[in-house]
Amino acid sequence: MIPSAFEYEVASSVGETIDMLGRYDDAKILAGGHSLLPLMKLRLAQPSALIDIGRISDLSYVRDAGEEVAIGAGTCHEDVHFDSLLTEHCPIVAHTAGEVGDPQVRHRGTIGGSLCHADPAADLPTVLRTLDAQLVIEGPDGQRMVAAADFFKSLFETDLGPHEVLTEIRVRKLKGAGWSYQKFHPRAQDWAVVGVAVVERDGGAAVGLTSMGETPLRATGVEEALASGEQPADAARRATEGTSPPSDPLGSGEYRKAMVVVFTQRALEEALSR
Amino acid sequence: MAQTAQRTQAQKYVGGGVLRKEDPELVTGQATYTDDITLPGMLWVMFVRSPFAHAKINSIDLAAAKRKPGVVAAFSGTELAADFGDGLPCAWPVTEDIKMPRHPPLATDVVRYAGEPVAVVIAESRGQAKDASEAVEVDYDALDAVVDLEQASADGATLVHDEFDSNNSYTWTLATGEVDKIFSEAPVIVKERYLQPRLIPNAIEPRGVVVQPVPAQDEYTMWSATQVPHVLKTMLALVLGFHESKLRVIAPEVGGGFGSKLQVYNEEVVVLALAKRTGRSLKWVEERSENYLATHHGRGQIQDIELAAEEDGKLLAVRAKITADMGAYMRLVTPGIPLLGGFLYSGVYDAKAYSFECTGVFTNLPPTDAYRGAGRPEATYAIERAMDALARRVNKDPAQVRRLNFIAPFDEPFESAAGLQIDSGNYSVSLDKALETIGYDKLRAEQEQRRQSTDRMQIGIGISTYIEMCGLAPSQVLASLRYAAGGWEAATIRCHPTGKVTVVTGTSPHGQGHETSWSQIVADELGVSFDDVEVLHGDTAVSPLGMDSYGSRSLSVGGVAVHYAAQKVLAKAKKITAHEFEASEEDIEFRDGKMQVKGAPDKAKSVPEIAFSAWTAHNLPEGMEPGLEENYVFDPPNFTFPSGAHVCAVEIDTESGQTYVREYVAVDDCGTVINPIIVEGQVHGGIAQGIAEAQYEEAVFDENGTLLTSNMGYYRIPSAAELPSFTTDRTTTPSTTNPLGVKGVGEAGTIAAPPAFINSVIDALAPFGVTHIDKPATPERIWTAINDAKGDE
Repeated sequence: MIPSAFEYEVASSVGETIDMLGRYDDAKILAGGHSLLPLMKLRLAQPSALIDIGRISDLSYVRDAGEEVAIGAGTCHEDVHFDSLLTEHCPIVAHTAGEVGDPQVRHRGTIGGSLCHADPAADLPTVLRTLDAQLVIEGPDGQRMVAAADFFKSLFETDLGPHEVLTEIRVRKLKGAGWSYQKFHPRAQDWAVVGVAVVERDGGAAVGLTSMGETPLRATGVEEALASGEQPADAARRATEGTSPPSDPLGSGEYRKAMVVVFTQRALEEALSR
Repeated sequence: MAQTAQRTQAQKYVGGGVLRKEDPELVTGQATYTDDITLPGMLWVMFVRSPFAHAKINSIDLAAAKRKPGVVAAFSGTELAADFGDGLPCAWPVTEDIKMPRHPPLATDVVRYAGEPVAVVIAESRGQAKDASEAVEVDYDALDAVVDLEQASADGATLVHDEFDSNNSYTWTLATGEVDKIFSEAPVIVKERYLQPRLIPNAIEPRGVVVQPVPAQDEYTMWSATQVPHVLKTMLALVLGFHESKLRVIAPEVGGGFGSKLQVYNEEVVVLALAKRTGRSLKWVEERSENYLATHHGRGQIQDIELAAEEDGKLLAVRAKITADMGAYMRLVTPGIPLLGGFLYSGVYDAKAYSFECTGVFTNLPPTDAYRGAGRPEATYAIERAMDALARRVNKDPAQVRRLNFIAPFDEPFESAAGLQIDSGNYSVSLDKALETIGYDKLRAEQEQRRQSTDRMQIGIGISTYIEMCGLAPSQVLASLRYAAGGWEAATIRCHPTGKVTVVTGTSPHGQGHETSWSQIVADELGVSFDDVEVLHGDTAVSPLGMDSYGSRSLSVGGVAVHYAAQKVLAKAKKITAHEFEASEEDIEFRDGKMQVKGAPDKAKSVPEIAFSAWTAHNLPEGMEPGLEENYVFDPPNFTFPSGAHVCAVEIDTESGQTYVREYVAVDDCGTVINPIIVEGQVHGGIAQGIAEAQYEEAVFDENGTLLTSNMGYYRIPSAAELPSFTTDRTTTPSTTNPLGVKGVGEAGTIAAPPAFINSVIDALAPFGVTHIDKPATPERIWTAINDAKGDE
């Protein structure tokens, strides 16, 4: 539980962060640190430098952007959870932020950190993928937007370049659409054995899955079934299509496949009854 | 055997909810743990551990490590081998023909479990030592690892130790009555197999060692996060050939042990040996992931239990056969742990005959040893689950079958089927109380209703009526079990001329609250203020004589020693008082906290006043030694036998297997209670740990012996969020083994809870036809059991 030696720099702006990232071969951005530091303590991650963006207050906000809500990447889960704009316009995001880890984690960990870490067992990436969120990225060549669907590449791998910073997450206002996030986790502090996000939309629902593959997934089979008018219980049976869940001490792949059906049905029933 | 204390004194503190005097220091962060100790010029030690469960060491190259920044020295096991005498000790060779391999503190030619240390690095800082440890190059040839316990025990298995012809180290047996005859004639036989997964002890404070040498004097002070400073000192002196009086062992504040710090560890021996070699102060503190590999594990058994009974469920005989996982080596008391349960497989039930057989087996896994309850949770689990199986077999309610079989209430020693002389007990009263408290009939009615409506959420009720044996004593009985040490405990009471009192105890608390409880006993017995009593412990220079803390022994042996020492103080005080008032001793009585002449309350002296007289020594009886200080070493005449009834109600989501403990009621009988707040804390923590074992915890290895549950993310320990508020109550049947009537309570919850929980799960799943589930009953296991049972239909 002792990390390798590393350099540590505090950035005061996004621009400075990008400069600092350019100065090291293998620097990592430190936001809340609640995923990165444990990996460093186990020496599974050995970055040469940490660029601490935790003091850039400009990255912590939730604001109304017309049809969308914009969330600063440095906003901690606790602030997302209790934010009134999100509670009103995109309650699934506020709700799910309250399901992450434990109170200590939620006070330090950030929404941007959770996305960039890209752990397929994490809750918020699934919800943002289900919402078709847009991510704002800044780098040496300026700003670009990427859809959540294109952001997650593989296990712990994203579209983010080595010298880029995720600065903002934009989600469409739900306008009263039903939603649910079902997190199945035997202990309060556990990662999801499986998680299912559902957001109602015209002619059906968008459905996202946690811990069912190398990235947060969309359950397109379930979405199709709903679009063709199937009932939730029947549609949920297609939740395993295209999944490749891991087997680990928290649950076998077979069990995860069974549970994703159970919790997809529950999520659909809850979302459609809201 | 019962002895009556001179209790003319009013009980002011004993039995009251006195707040723990230890806590202000602990909760404000002012306490000193081993990791808080920093010495001038101190260096850090880091161990290099084998990634293989079984491998031949071809070579160890330290050159790159020695070149790393800050590195002072590095050694392979071979280089240090000569320092370690006969190797690490095992003090419990349970049979004459036990196979007991040499246990080197650092492996030299073969590693036998993943995590076994093979080399050591010393550096200026902890980080430098860690970096250097990763630069040590060890060339291994992997060998087949023996991981499965049954396969390890079978003929032709790969050998963990080449020098033996089998992995079976010993077989220990106990039998009373005509077991085979009863089994051949009994109308009902229940035959069950249960597994006890390995558990990883998770004390909040990991282990740690600091050694300060005085090279010119060849003197050493060791601070260690240990439960057993006295045992450790003696064993270290034996292993390393040190003069015992040149070694001082201090257990500062210790943040939990649960048996895992009842050990003489590789790291303690190696760091001490290195301090001698280097003449430098050294420190090692365990990493959490190291804790998972290098601290001994608990449990690890296959249990075959059979009950012979009448048609109505009346128990006739119990036969238990245990295969116990020793791991790769015999640690301090490894072989004896399963035998501590060997007398308890008939539980609180009256049987005519009993047999127990245990075979200890080597595997390529970390050694096992004491873990909260040590042998007794395993035994209780087996008999309590088997009693439920018997109830199912004869189609009766589990409470009814238990009542039918309870040993009738007794307050004179009763000889159990296994030959124990149980001090006192009243088992039905605990069960009645527990069932009433939880609302058993109402729960059963709700359960029936949910079954009728095939509700997704089913409920189950599980009962565990348990007994344990505590105190690990008397010494002669320990000798007959081939245990190498005694079961006594020492106490000193020193009455200062200022009126203050110092109590020195040989027990070594690591969270139990001895400072508070011992102060309560002494304050009442000597008529002094609770705040005027200071309790010293855990330093072999302060309390030279002691047997330390484990096995719920501290109060029932150490606390009783304190009581006897107080009685000796009073006896001397009485002589001094009689002399001063020119009265005969018979005319002096200890009353209202004072020694007084009978019928003349103005002629009275308090113990502090007498202590002053004894200190000035101006006017003492002819030939009396000055001072008021007494020692007592108590060797108890028997074990104590706490008991009780626990009832658990669970709610199970039958689609996912997710299980919620809805209610949990514990009615414990730990004899006389000194401090109800402390007892409550022990019971709560014990139940939590017992439910953890039954619902969450299991050390899982792959077929190569690699630990898969290698961190707290995968090795699941529940938090407060997963547990309900427990309802606790007590019955009090004073022990007849000691004059305080105390029995011990440190392990009760851990012993009682696992079968209560598992029985409740099986009960909930009865409508599906489920009759068995292994620990831990994880959601996936429950889901699988339901599916398998459906498939069988």
